[in-house]
Amino acid sequence: MNSFRFDNQASVAERHPHLFRPDWWQRVKITAGFAAVVGLFIFGIVQLDIPFHRLSDGMSRLGGFLRLMVPPDPGSLSQAVIYLHALGETVAIAFLGTLGGALLALPVALLAARNVVANRVVHILSRRSLDTIRGIDTLIWALIWVGIVGLGPFAGILALVCSDFGSFGKLFSEAIEAADKKPGEGVLAAGGNHLHGVRFGVLPQVIPILLSQVLYYFESNTRSATIIGIVGAGGIGLQLAEQIRVLEWQRVSFLILLILITVSTIDWISGKLRFAIIGRREIA
Amino acid sequence: MRAAVPEFPEAKLRELADHYAAAVAAKRRRFWLGAAVMVAAVLVAGWMGDVDLWKFSENFWRFPTYFVSIAPKLSFSSLWADLSEWLWGLPRWTRLLGDTLLIAYVGTLAGGLCGFVLCFLASANLVRSRAIVFVTRRTLEFCRTVPEIVFALIFVLAFGLGPLPGVLAIAIHTAGALGKQFAEVVENIDSKPVEGVAASGGSWLQIVRFGALPQVLSNFVSYALLRFEINVRGAAVMGFVGAGGIGQDLIEAVRKFYFTDVSAILLLIVVTVMLIDFVTERVRHRLLGMEGAGR
Repeated sequence: MNSFRFDNQASVAERHPHLFRPDWWQRVKITAGFAAVVGLFIFGIVQLDIPFHRLSDGMSRLGGFLRLMVPPDPGSLSQAVIYLHALGETVAIAFLGTLGGALLALPVALLAARNVVANRVVHILSRRSLDTIRGIDTLIWALIWVGIVGLGPFAGILALVCSDFGSFGKLFSEAIEAADKKPGEGVLAAGGNHLHGVRFGVLPQVIPILLSQVLYYFESNTRSATIIGIVGAGGIGLQLAEQIRVLEWQRVSFLILLILITVSTIDWISGKLRFAIIGRREIA
Repeated sequence: MRAAVPEFPEAKLRELADHYAAAVAAKRRRFWLGAAVMVAAVLVAGWMGDVDLWKFSENFWRFPTYFVSIAPKLSFSSLWADLSEWLWGLPRWTRLLGDTLLIAYVGTLAGGLCGFVLCFLASANLVRSRAIVFVTRRTLEFCRTVPEIVFALIFVLAFGLGPLPGVLAIAIHTAGALGKQFAEVVENIDSKPVEGVAASGGSWLQIVRFGALPQVLSNFVSYALLRFEINVRGAAVMGFVGAGGIGQDLIEAVRKFYFTDVSAILLLIVVTVMLIDFVTERVRHRLLGMEGAGR
């Protein structure tokens, strides 16, 4: 590329010398940041003791698996019916888990919202406990619930309820805190008490936002519900893990295809619903 | 002085009142319809999901009991000895947690780089060819829709046990997720710098480098940090399928009823996740603040 010059470059350079001087400090900072990122990457690879010699071997084995996967095939019709039932279970787990988590989270979110309960202690306590619940992955919750209610989809539902409870509590309370104060003040000024203010001033504003967040989570929970079967909590993940372990690759690809179709269908439906509820607004 | 409020004629008033009543009734009807659909869906889902409220209420006491039984037995008189007994595996668990963080980091960075390269190809405002955009988008969608733990299950068979399948699984999922988010950022950029570079004869790479990249970089880093947070949680359970990290010890402790170990490992995971969340949130706010100041 030709170097670019404009007519009065000399005079401009004279008046604004700092624009034409390389900024050494900036360069050092960028180089150091870059070196740190790359250094940590290399350190990670060394520390994890990643066996590169297995990489090419594994790749060829993976290619073999992929060849065995086509065409996707459930094996037999009765098998396909079992898989479809497992898929229904997965959707049911996602649906009930999301619903239960949302219903449980609403009162706690009200407690955790500063504009509803002004008490600092309540606020901090509820926020921290929600954070703790959120820090535990859905799979771990599933593992715990399997130990309590036994194997099966019910454990999966309860696992999703628990992990969603944490996420919804946080999202809901943030949405409630972001609500406009004026309607609530209006209710107070017209003689309502604090509860009236929350019910008629705050809730009508936030309900559509909360609904769209719930729908969004329903989408992502469908994904989670497909995998909690791996620890025995029902749904299609159980079948998938089983078929992977016994190397029935055609069935594996059939199951993955089923999951892809279901997830994208639910994405599509809930996208439409969300659009109908709040329009194309960003979800916090 | 008092002015008389003009009143609507009776017929007009009636018409308005009827309209109001109809609107309210329609809204109420819609609400009850929605509620009925919801109840039906709950019943069907409950039947599908083997919900057994009887069994649940019968066994619910096990839930709090479980947490009581995994709680460490600490007494004030021998606090130090109890603590060291509870956290007996701390050196090992710290190392495994470090591994987990590194799996998340290496996976995020590798996947983020892939997503970074692919996102420009998936942006309709930078690439003319509809076919390239379509193919790239579908590839990204596939990568992010298949759950990472499924990739991990398959990779464990191909590459053997250890952190390698975990890193690869996280990298692929991250490439899909970040690729999509990055592409959305790129599609929303100001087109003028891009046109400027194109008009002065820049090649496609130069357009991307000087026209698009400076506008999106801070957003990219912010999304990548958010993804790192998510991947730390994901890496913590990779061990469930033998793909490295702390998950291996956790599932073993749960399955073999090493109760106090469960609580110790859970505590360590939660603290680590919170710490990572805190740090990345700080960094992200600074990045977004910088961007705001630059505008």
